[in-house]
Amino acid sequence: MPSAASFDIAVVGAGIVGAACAREFAEAGLRTALIEAEAIGGGATAAGMGHLAVMDDSEAQFALTRYSQVLWKELAAELPAECEYLPCGAMWIAADEEEMAEVHRKQRYYSERGVPVEVLDTSSLADAEPNLRRGMAGALLLKDDSVVYPPCVAQFLVAQAQRDGATLILGRRVMRIDGNTAKLDDGSILFSDNFVLANGSSATSLVRDLQIQPRKGHLVITDRYPRFVRHQIIELGYLKSAHATRADSVAFNVQPRSSGQLLIGSSRQFGNEEAGVDGKIVSAMLQRAFEYMPGLKKLSAIRTWTGFRAATADKLPLIGPSPGRENVYLATGHEGLGITTSLCTAKLLGDLLLRRTPVINIAPYLPDRSYAVHG
Amino acid sequence: MAEMISLSINGVSIRVPAGTMVAAAVLIAGETMFRRSVSGEARGPLCGMGVCFECRVTIDEAPHCRSCQIICRDGMKVRTG
Repeated sequence: MPSAASFDIAVVGAGIVGAACAREFAEAGLRTALIEAEAIGGGATAAGMGHLAVMDDSEAQFALTRYSQVLWKELAAELPAECEYLPCGAMWIAADEEEMAEVHRKQRYYSERGVPVEVLDTSSLADAEPNLRRGMAGALLLKDDSVVYPPCVAQFLVAQAQRDGATLILGRRVMRIDGNTAKLDDGSILFSDNFVLANGSSATSLVRDLQIQPRKGHLVITDRYPRFVRHQIIELGYLKSAHATRADSVAFNVQPRSSGQLLIGSSRQFGNEEAGVDGKIVSAMLQRAFEYMPGLKKLSAIRTWTGFRAATADKLPLIGPSPGRENVYLATGHEGLGITTSLCTAKLLGDLLLRRTPVINIAPYLPDRSYAVHG
Repeated sequence: MAEMISLSINGVSIRVPAGTMVAAAVLIAGETMFRRSVSGEARGPLCGMGVCFECRVTIDEAPHCRSCQIICRDGMKVRTG
């Protein structure tokens, strides 16, 4: 048995979650390895919108996303220009009075918890976003929501980790982990006291019985139309569709990029592991977008792509030791919130490993609750 | 003799034969910079067949129109740059 491990911790996967973890551990002085089979930030990290969102599905989700926003605000000043940090705010759009009641409920929820929000009525919404269909009931503006370009953030976090002494192992896939050894696909062995699986839905190949499903999404990007939209805009109906965990769904979600381009989403599909673009879903997604923003029809789309979110049954990520394997930590299952919650995930794992007192209660994210639920 | 139509290029009115492509009209108007690249460099038609996107102009307030693929219409307003 090897007694002297080469690393204190080895992170599997250099998406934004793994990159943030490696940076956190290296900064704390741990001997850190970061292993990426393909490209830095090339998986779900590159496929997503990069909306840094606060959410209120549950108290646990709120705590995680809100703490993450605080961490993002701290990081924003350090981010290089190519990370395209844009503090544009997000608007949840109410099409009718029923959805407007939800706007007011959310306003109370967020205000009670110190999140800066503002309710817009029909006319102030039309002024704020003139390309929306006329006659919307209103919207909730979340002022702290912002946008980044995630693959470049992942690159930046990896560079910071390396500056603090982390070792990047690029182009090698971890085939299995036994005790404190990881076997790589070139036959080499890496020794580490602890491992962190931050490889999205691929984590299921390294830990048995992991309850994670890939949830396919599509996005469209347009040519440059500066100021066509000014905020991240999401229909409140998104909540209904994003909550239906088993059915295919689309919802209106559009985002301004600092380049002037627009990202148009969104779709969710289970049980489809084909990476190809599904014309029917893209068509339904754009149709939904045109209902909310008719002027989109006249813009040029230049590219469409897909990605896979790592989804858990209770919509909370798995952060913490893998049940029965105390030195294998999970940092996956972030579904559509992995960009937002990457920083908080890293912070919480750092708290666990270094026995620091976490800022928020980690219990809701510990993986053993997932096993408890699913047996 | 082809029917003549008129359109404006950057606010200047010109007359061209019906059937003229917008790219040709822009050049007839003496304008060679159709748009600027993201880094600010001058751009103009390269392929002439709708593939390279270098000849984009704004037509009647719609940006990113490929001038080599669009036939002039009477009263059209074209902006370059």
